[in-house]
Amino acid sequence: MTTKQKNHKKPAKKASPRNWQAPTKPSSGVQNKEIRITAIKDGTVIDHVPAAKVFDVVEILNLKSHKDVVSIATNLDSKKIGKKGILKVAGRELTKKEVDEISVVAPQATINIIKDFKVKEKSKVEVPQQLTAVFRCSNPKCITNLQPIATSFSIIAKNPVKALCFYCERVMGAEEIQLR
Amino acid sequence: MGGIVFKGRDIISIRDFSGEELLYVLSIARRMEQRPQPALMKGRIMASMFFEPSTRTRLSFTAAMKRMGGDTIGFAKGEVTSTKKGETLWDTVKMIEAYSDVIVIRHSLEGAARLSAEAASIPVINAGDGTNQHPTQTMIDLYTIQKEIGKLDGITIGFLGDLKYGRTVHSLAIALSHFKAKMYFISPTALKMPEYYLDELEQKRVTFHETDDVLKALKHLDVLYVTRIQQERFADPLEYEKFKNVYKVGPDILNGAKKSLIVLHPLPRVGEIDPALDEFPNAAYFRQAANGIPVRQAVLSLVLGAVK
Ligand SMILES: [Zn+2]
Repeated sequence: MTTKQKNHKKPAKKASPRNWQAPTKPSSGVQNKEIRITAIKDGTVIDHVPAAKVFDVVEILNLKSHKDVVSIATNLDSKKIGKKGILKVAGRELTKKEVDEISVVAPQATINIIKDFKVKEKSKVEVPQQLTAVFRCSNPKCITNLQPIATSFSIIAKNPVKALCFYCERVMGAEEIQLR
Repeated sequence: MGGIVFKGRDIISIRDFSGEELLYVLSIARRMEQRPQPALMKGRIMASMFFEPSTRTRLSFTAAMKRMGGDTIGFAKGEVTSTKKGETLWDTVKMIEAYSDVIVIRHSLEGAARLSAEAASIPVINAGDGTNQHPTQTMIDLYTIQKEIGKLDGITIGFLGDLKYGRTVHSLAIALSHFKAKMYFISPTALKMPEYYLDELEQKRVTFHETDDVLKALKHLDVLYVTRIQQERFADPLEYEKFKNVYKVGPDILNGAKKSLIVLHPLPRVGEIDPALDEFPNAAYFRQAANGIPVRQAVLSLVLGAVK
């Protein structure tokens, strides 16, 4: 998996001269788009987020109120997950809780910690055992959707993610998991 | 039995109990049935909070408490005014717990009992939360099977009817997974067991089969568990009529079955079982209903620490 990512990224980081002959091949379109994302000096890059979940990550990280640079690219082709998105967040490291929450909407995501334009640390997200609060139960008759209480789920399967609601005991599949 | 503690415990979901714990509840229920305890609950108050009507369940809990000398307070749907004004369930529970020793709750929303248990410092018993759980019903089912057949281990059970929405089926299947039971799920395709329950059973290494043909499964069964097929589950009333007739259980089914087969139904029935079956010893559903008293007595006295 790591080699794939490297292949993926190297050309993007490298020189632009190659770029203009690229558009004929769909896969090179990725390079084209990736290069448009500003590199960040210090911060976090979240890669391999399913395109449909990019704005969930924006919400999880509360990026609307982030003051430093945030660049987001989405609908990039990815061999691994179809259409993907990348988020680059300057001046910010993620908490364990945030990484846990991202793992549920984007189980394949990678988190790169950037220091001085270099990847200082790279890790894959890992789906935790327990989740609270940020997700809503997909069962409309669940008490958590009708009373002012925090949700709570246990993760019963990781690939694909399946979550069991602590209250109504309904199992949600990955596609049903939504933010509150 | 060491390690089993019920005092102060909530009874919310059948998933919260190990096989050993379930057997323990059944053993106390047997004791209650054999040697009634008319003064065991003297001075104790059970509060019943029935946000949704279920006369049968409410009366059964009330009778269980009163036959042990205990008292009851509570309300049934229609009598509640404060919740209509928007009081949260949490606040209602906080108020009721000050008046009682144990709370029995029935609610149309799933997870309501779990929420109440979090709010209350006294034990909470779930008497049905939407289509989710009704653990004392499952304990009654287990008690009946054990009493009628003599064991739970390795029995073969067929579930018939609405397996998609039937919470009694879901809970009993999960409970019986502790006892290596073999299961047949018999239903029209539209009312099949939900996939996530089948996944759970598979994980627990339960042997099960799915079929839409009662007769195919019948000869293997020790227990046939029949549930209501509700008309409102069908978009097309003609489909409902068709299923209703195909799945009607009458004396004729006994021809293809083991002589010892018992037929269970959580009641009330609405035409799934022909009353002509009632006179056969195989019809165990009224005995099952009567078992509600000793089982609920066992649960109440266990969580209140009145028996050990
Ligand atoms: Zn829920």
